[in-house]
Amino acid sequence: MLENYLPILIFLGIAALVGLVLMGLGFLFGRGEKDAEKLSAYECGFEPFEDTRMKFDVRYYLVAILFIIFDLEIAFLFPWAVSLDLVGGFGLVAMGIFLAVLVVGFIYEWKKGALEWD
Amino acid sequence: MFQAILFYTFAAVLIGAAMGVIFSRNPVHAVMFLVLAFFQSSLLWLLAEAEFLAIVLILVYVGAVMVLFLFVVMMIDINVERVQGGLVRYAPLGLVIAGLMVVELVQLIWARSRFEVATGGFAATPEGYSNTEALGAILYTEHVYAFEIAAVILLLAIVAAISLTMRKREGLKVQNITSQVAARAKDRVRVVKMEAEKRQ
Amino acid sequence: MGSLIPQFALDLWNGLPVELQTVVTHVFKIVIVLLPLILAVAFSTYFERKIIGYMQRRIGPNRVGPLGLGQPFADVIKLLIKEVVIPTRSNRFLFLIAPLLSLIPAFATWAVIPLNDTFVIADINAGLLYVLALTSLGVYGVILAGWATNSKYAFLGAMRSAAQIVAYEIAMGFALVGVLMAGGSLNLGDIVRAQEGGITSWFWLPLLPLFVVYFISGVAETNRAPFDVAEGESEIVAGFHVEYSGVAFALFFLAEYANMLLISALTSIFFLGGWASPFEGLTFLGDGSFLREPSLMWLCLKIAFFMFVFFWLRATFPRYRYDQIMRLGWKVFIPVTLVWIAVEALMAWLQVGPWAA
Repeated sequence: MLENYLPILIFLGIAALVGLVLMGLGFLFGRGEKDAEKLSAYECGFEPFEDTRMKFDVRYYLVAILFIIFDLEIAFLFPWAVSLDLVGGFGLVAMGIFLAVLVVGFIYEWKKGALEWD
Repeated sequence: MFQAILFYTFAAVLIGAAMGVIFSRNPVHAVMFLVLAFFQSSLLWLLAEAEFLAIVLILVYVGAVMVLFLFVVMMIDINVERVQGGLVRYAPLGLVIAGLMVVELVQLIWARSRFEVATGGFAATPEGYSNTEALGAILYTEHVYAFEIAAVILLLAIVAAISLTMRKREGLKVQNITSQVAARAKDRVRVVKMEAEKRQ
Repeated sequence: MGSLIPQFALDLWNGLPVELQTVVTHVFKIVIVLLPLILAVAFSTYFERKIIGYMQRRIGPNRVGPLGLGQPFADVIKLLIKEVVIPTRSNRFLFLIAPLLSLIPAFATWAVIPLNDTFVIADINAGLLYVLALTSLGVYGVILAGWATNSKYAFLGAMRSAAQIVAYEIAMGFALVGVLMAGGSLNLGDIVRAQEGGITSWFWLPLLPLFVVYFISGVAETNRAPFDVAEGESEIVAGFHVEYSGVAFALFFLAEYANMLLISALTSIFFLGGWASPFEGLTFLGDGSFLREPSLMWLCLKIAFFMFVFFWLRATFPRYRYDQIMRLGWKVFIPVTLVWIAVEALMAWLQVGPWAA
């Protein structure tokens, strides 16, 4: 099994290499004069008013948390989908209950308005 | 031999990355080190032929959990100098936890050497063996209770996350798509027939 | 073969240790995939401009070389010799590493894509999981670029794009579960082989809702129009890569197009029978006709078709509003996929459709 993963490791390495080489070439050929105005952040010609890294709507955290939960759900679904004919009717019922519980959660967040974006 | 080299490389990078998490001054760098650490541990699992778990570790931890971490770390206004100060205050707690973990590890190793035969590596898998399929075959039959409990825990997580972070803002104008789609021209526009005016 | 390759080269090759031989073979195979991929990216940019040009009654690029075919190379050279500006208040290291982080997963996913019945770089059992895991890493490049730049526009673009990618990834994952149930294997080659038997037994028919959801989620995942609020040039200039110039920008570009090609290839493999021929059942074409043989050509044609759809969408639709994007992802696609998974489970239980014994 491991020998099948060797090409992936090599591929990751080559992909990183391609990126690094291109980046290196860019720095080799692309020279230019630097000055303070050129290096400042672009904000339509204004000086930046405040630091960029500001506080953000909590909704983004909520989306990320919900994403983790659903991602886990998918991780649970994968082995089931592969072993569909091995687990048979029992597995079907087991997964049915699992999904039913989570659909309850999904309906809850829908009704609570956690999926609204305004 | 080749596997041993890989193992020690991955393990060394893993430990290095874990050190990086603790010692980097910039919290975003720390998160990226943690990503690297997860990646390395996934490679270690792969070496142990736990294919499914290795990839799910990347999918769930690197692909989802660390994204949340990044969100959090990026968006709280972090004052780097202030974060530095907590070492002495939290040292006792950290030491207690570390001590507990050492005790547990030693217990485990001791129990292994006492009661079990040394495993001596992992059994070779037969041709066409799918780790995922084998896992599925027992997860939904033998371990079905644990599996359903997982569902309940996930449900709990949904409810907890929403009740902790949900804020309703007042006075928002929300688009009602159903009523928009249901709107018909005759509800909005009245066509009036009028006599054309006579030319003067 | 022996006459084509000089003897000393064969001797040299046989003299190498076996481990080195396998590594060299792998590197060779990877280069065989990667070079055409990069070329395909270059020409996708050309065809995009040409196609959208014609749709808007313009000619598109036509100056460099015949029909303007030299345009991609001119662009590459231009981007290479442009200066890479690193803004003063940015985080240098993360700023430079972000393009790499979006490029590497976009390339490395190609390792498990089977190009025909025999050729695949890494024939792993968990191919589909690997695809899902690597596509979920693409979000790092965007977030880090947005944060490291330390510019309002970049940051807003990154946040928008991250939340959007995250929402559509779930729909994508559920759609893949459906594919998995029909294909019965995580190996991409096996999924294609499970679709054997002509155009009606490809999965697009029994999995039609998932097919649509998967491709549209793919468009959203790659931040392409009409879901390109991360760039949204009319609102936030260019989003997360507003401060990127020269080759650093080129890397983001490369990653975006490699991802589009990837989504096209995956959609073809999961739903349109991969390398299988659509004319398999047409006996009047003759027995040995290449039109009925499964081959790489068919996969390429299918990929080209989906790339065309990408461009077509961009030329046709106005940009979605952000709250509507989130609504589509969470409130439409996820319920649709969930329902269809349930339907599939029932179909498998009653043994109808692709599950007929």
